[in-house]
Amino acid sequence: MADLATRTLPLSGFHGGSASASVSPAAPASRLSLRAKPDAVASLSAALGIELPTRPKASASSGGRHALWLGPDEWLIIDETEADLLSSAASSGVMHSATDVSHRNTALLVKGPGAEATLNSGCPQDLSLAIFPVGGCSRTVFGKAEIVLLRTAEDAFRVECWRSFAPYVSGLLAEGAEDSGH
Amino acid sequence: MTGANRIPGAGRLTPAKTARFTFDGKSYTALEGDTVASALLANGVHLVGRSFKYHRPRGVVSAGPEEPNALIGVERDAARQQPNVRATVQEVFDGMKTISQNRYPSLSFDVGSINNLLSPFFAAGFYYKTFMWPKQAWKHIYEPQIRAAAGLGVAPTQEDPDHYASRYAHCDVLVIGGGIAGLSAALAAAKTGARVILCDEQPEVGGAMHYDKSVTVDGVDGFTWAQKTAADLAKMSNVTVLTRTTAFGYYAQNFVALVERVTDHVSKPDRRLPRERMWQVRAKRVIIATGAIERHMVFANNDRPGILQASAARTYLNHFGVAVGRKVGVYTANDSAYEAAFDLKRAGVTVAAIVDCREKPGEAVLAEARSLGIEVLTGHSVIDTSGKLRVAGMSVARNGSTAKRNIAIDALLTSAGWTPSVHMFSQSRGKVAYDAASGAFLPGVYAQDCLSIGACNGTNDLQATIEEALAAGELMAKASGFEAASKVELQAKNAFQWTGGMSGAAEGAGEDTTVKAFIDFQNDVCAKDIRLAVREGMHSIEHIKRFTTNGMATDQGKLSNLHGLAIAAEALGRGIPEVGLTTFRAPYTPVTFGTLISHSRGELFDPTRKTPMHALEEAEGAVFEDVGQWKRAWYYPRAGEDMHQAVNRECKTVRESVGMFDASTLGKIEVVGPDAAAFLNLIYTNSWDTLKPGRCRYGIMLREDGFVYDDGVVGRMAEDRFHVTTTTGGAARVMNHMEDYLQTEFPHLNVWLTSATEQWAVIAVQGPKARDVIASLVEGIDLSNEAFPHMSVREGKICGVPTRLFRMSFTGEMGFEVNVPADFGPAIWEAIRAEVEKAGGCAYGTETMHILRAEKGYIIVGQDTDGTVTPDDASLSWAVGKKKPDFVGIRGLKRPDLVKSGRKQLVGLLTKDPKVVLEEGAQIVADPNQPKPMTMLGHVTSSYWSENCGRSIAMALVVDGKAKLGQTLYVPMPDRTIAVEVSEMVFIDKEGVRLNG
Amino acid sequence: MLLIYCPYCEEERSELEFRGAGDAHIVRPSNIADITDEEFEEFFFLRDNPKGLIFERWRHINGCGRFFNAARDTVSDKFKLTYKAGEPKPDLDAAAPAAALVETYEATESNAK
Repeated sequence: MADLATRTLPLSGFHGGSASASVSPAAPASRLSLRAKPDAVASLSAALGIELPTRPKASASSGGRHALWLGPDEWLIIDETEADLLSSAASSGVMHSATDVSHRNTALLVKGPGAEATLNSGCPQDLSLAIFPVGGCSRTVFGKAEIVLLRTAEDAFRVECWRSFAPYVSGLLAEGAEDSGH
Repeated sequence: MTGANRIPGAGRLTPAKTARFTFDGKSYTALEGDTVASALLANGVHLVGRSFKYHRPRGVVSAGPEEPNALIGVERDAARQQPNVRATVQEVFDGMKTISQNRYPSLSFDVGSINNLLSPFFAAGFYYKTFMWPKQAWKHIYEPQIRAAAGLGVAPTQEDPDHYASRYAHCDVLVIGGGIAGLSAALAAAKTGARVILCDEQPEVGGAMHYDKSVTVDGVDGFTWAQKTAADLAKMSNVTVLTRTTAFGYYAQNFVALVERVTDHVSKPDRRLPRERMWQVRAKRVIIATGAIERHMVFANNDRPGILQASAARTYLNHFGVAVGRKVGVYTANDSAYEAAFDLKRAGVTVAAIVDCREKPGEAVLAEARSLGIEVLTGHSVIDTSGKLRVAGMSVARNGSTAKRNIAIDALLTSAGWTPSVHMFSQSRGKVAYDAASGAFLPGVYAQDCLSIGACNGTNDLQATIEEALAAGELMAKASGFEAASKVELQAKNAFQWTGGMSGAAEGAGEDTTVKAFIDFQNDVCAKDIRLAVREGMHSIEHIKRFTTNGMATDQGKLSNLHGLAIAAEALGRGIPEVGLTTFRAPYTPVTFGTLISHSRGELFDPTRKTPMHALEEAEGAVFEDVGQWKRAWYYPRAGEDMHQAVNRECKTVRESVGMFDASTLGKIEVVGPDAAAFLNLIYTNSWDTLKPGRCRYGIMLREDGFVYDDGVVGRMAEDRFHVTTTTGGAARVMNHMEDYLQTEFPHLNVWLTSATEQWAVIAVQGPKARDVIASLVEGIDLSNEAFPHMSVREGKICGVPTRLFRMSFTGEMGFEVNVPADFGPAIWEAIRAEVEKAGGCAYGTETMHILRAEKGYIIVGQDTDGTVTPDDASLSWAVGKKKPDFVGIRGLKRPDLVKSGRKQLVGLLTKDPKVVLEEGAQIVADPNQPKPMTMLGHVTSSYWSENCGRSIAMALVVDGKAKLGQTLYVPMPDRTIAVEVSEMVFIDKEGVRLNG
Repeated sequence: MLLIYCPYCEEERSELEFRGAGDAHIVRPSNIADITDEEFEEFFFLRDNPKGLIFERWRHINGCGRFFNAARDTVSDKFKLTYKAGEPKPDLDAAAPAAALVETYEATESNAK
């Protein structure tokens, strides 16, 4: 029996939001939790084809691949083309830890003039553009869940969360989006 | 007609826009923009409530949030009913129903008012004295009676159908209060480009300009200027203006909570809108511009309906166009009340007299009163009032004289002076200082980055206020890094400068008097009650407050605190600053639970975590149990089965053929790096160096004190990669525990930890036919015992998707745990389900899992251990590496108390009657006939009916349990005593042969 | 709700992202297996609970995940300084003594004559 089993996405069927902010599930992506010391950053960047950011709250994006600084030795790599990130990281030949978290996380996209207010319904961070610019990213809290936030445009965020928190996060985002227009 | 007392041409409301509402069933017409209070006053209704203790008739006192009396119930529909709403704040909407409170059967005839006649028995502190004897009566008579009589209003019985929103916001400058000071400060700060939030609790900004229509700013009418300024500010992209928004709590580091009332004033609200929205504002700087509150005069019977603040009467006239009476008296210690008389007189109301307890009022107001032909009685006081449900007369006497002159009135306006609203400042932990010149507490030492301006800072001159505000706006913006190109300048004028003011009891209510001169209307505290408290030995203002309940009502003593303090100081023979003010606490005004809870209700109260296969399990009829935030399938009843029958079937099926179980919630941590084994050596009691890739081991984790913290199976995937599992409930804290040691104690190790709990869906397949079930689905893994023995892990494919396949067992049967990337969980579950079906197996839940593991004596950390159990106590010494130089807990294990005899040890228990199932948590004794309190030997930790054993089985922590094997102990229960025999913990397959299939 | 400066994120963040982790600068003995009962008691059980300056550990658990140290005033609740794990204990003697500003009901009570 070699038939590839079908995937069931954690947020299949969800759509929400309001006129001021839409909330929709992101397409499946491959993801890597990448850990390494500073001396491995250059080699890993070369192997992954994306510059691993070394400043807090910074991210790099290129061709559907994103590298998010989560901590001084921690990055979340997201590839929207579902490329094999584990093999790329392994090819670096330098000491690191790479763990596939493609299915651990799922993501929601929040877009619209009310996106900032939508997130601020549960996220205590200052999301103004001066403090949280496009490309800014952070692990933080959203209500009672942990999320990773990436600002993809002035009016758009990608919200990553663990899959079992997705109903809670999407539900609170939907309420926040409803309120964000008023 | 919107009320007989509406004065044509007066006020700012639009006569054409009307709204109907009811009060105690009677219908009234209001104007849009009316509060319930202004609408009732317009219709001549002064009596709006009964006081809390004496049930005295009470009327509207104020025109704002400080209102102590006019608390009403507001009803929108059956589910939307709110008690204790201040009628002076609540705006009328068309169709609203309001009711009075604390009266029975009706407001004008209230049987509770008997308390007024019995008032000598209800002196301050009576609670503490009256109900002391007999002792038993407290619980059965006094407390229920008091509870029935206590409380204002009635809580709604239905669930709140409205929703509430919450939002975090950040700004450079938060301005609390939209009066002339707050607006000016916001304007100056906004011009710098700083992010500004301005909030004001009223529907319209303007503050004191609601009543003082003499103010002009840059030649424009003050109230009009305020609206235009607010509108201009709101248009700026860096400014948020929030009206109907109260700053109710000031917390650490300029964290200020605001509540915005979004729909309570709307007749037919858009149901998508929240009823209220909480703003949690983090401000770099805060400007407090909360103004001042006018104090009432304290004299005999000063609480009759129709007696109200002078400034409130001006608000009702100048803003709402309502005359509070047709023949009003004024009683004051302060110039400001004169202006109320002037405004009313000009509106055609008769002013009977201004009674001023001072010999020398301000010259300007005195001259104006004379020119308007108003009688002014200086050096006189109102020593009593008359009237039943509304004031009808005042008794006036020259100070020091008893000769009374009775003057007929239908309203009495009083003013003892102004109390700066230092609530927010005090909540910020700033220390107030007493200013003897003004007789007020003003902001003294600041504790946070904030600034008070205007009346709340003791600045009363209008132009001085504006200049202080503009400077504050600039300063606070600058402190946040913003500077304006040009300065804002404003010129303001008003009619009169005010002088005077007093606090404490007025003439006729001083020491040695027994009149009811109220200082706290809502809690019925009189001047004499404060004096009684002092006589009874209360010498701290905090004690006096609690003894008398002064300031402890829903209005938090906004009118009464300073009066109470002044009277206490006088009685104590000390100065006001020495006695000191009680501490102000959040919330400034009552806040609904809905707002505080906001989004956290229903589905969003707490995250509900479901496994990838949850929907399939639900479709199969699973009953779920909560395990932390997780929902886990508990058992799978078939038609006609109860829980017991279903669990018995599942238990037998697993041992006889095969069962499948959703184990996805188990914590999983990927430990990766060249020092991974070295790290695990330190974290676990076991040794990991010898574990070969592809093999697994059961590991125990201790805390430093030597007690069992968590356990689980660890698989070595490669030299530098381990797949660690934890208990479901322990996943997050074990991860934190491991990170803590890695980062702070063992940072030299090259290893990293990643939570992979949710990466994998885990399906356990257990039972003699387990291998048969998965054989046809798995590719690339030799499943034979030889190639894949118990406690091994392999990577391969199942149904074409990658799997980490574990050969392990928590049932004692041959077992596999299929790990697949979570999105594939449902498909793999269905594929295995079909094979299990063919093999005559079934899905089983957590209850069966618990029983099967207990039959084998496998412990559950957190159920059979409680944080005081060592590996040896649990017969797990074999898992402790004796030769290891170090691991977390190695020293703790050697502590004297952990190695001495007499410890509670985990053992099995078999009831003498095999049909009796013990209760988990039940206590165990050696001799059931010993006198109470008995010596407890331990307790039952796990207990089940085991269908496979045909009897009950149990595990227990028992003192020296391992030495008691075979002995009989007793479990005393309320209705009987159960005899048990201490046994080993393994009840089935003691040799463990079934693990190999 | 406090704001805490994370020395790794180089930014003040809401307390909601953090978790306290007890006293700082308590080093697990490298020879822990061999220490005396008294030494273990000192290391594991005994803490000072000072009024005023305290050095404690925090974890930016819902942020960068790092443990770090903080000097905090237990009276005013104010953070004086935060610094990375492993850095030496800073000398804060020059800093002002514990603020005597805080007025609580309890404080008032204890002053009541």
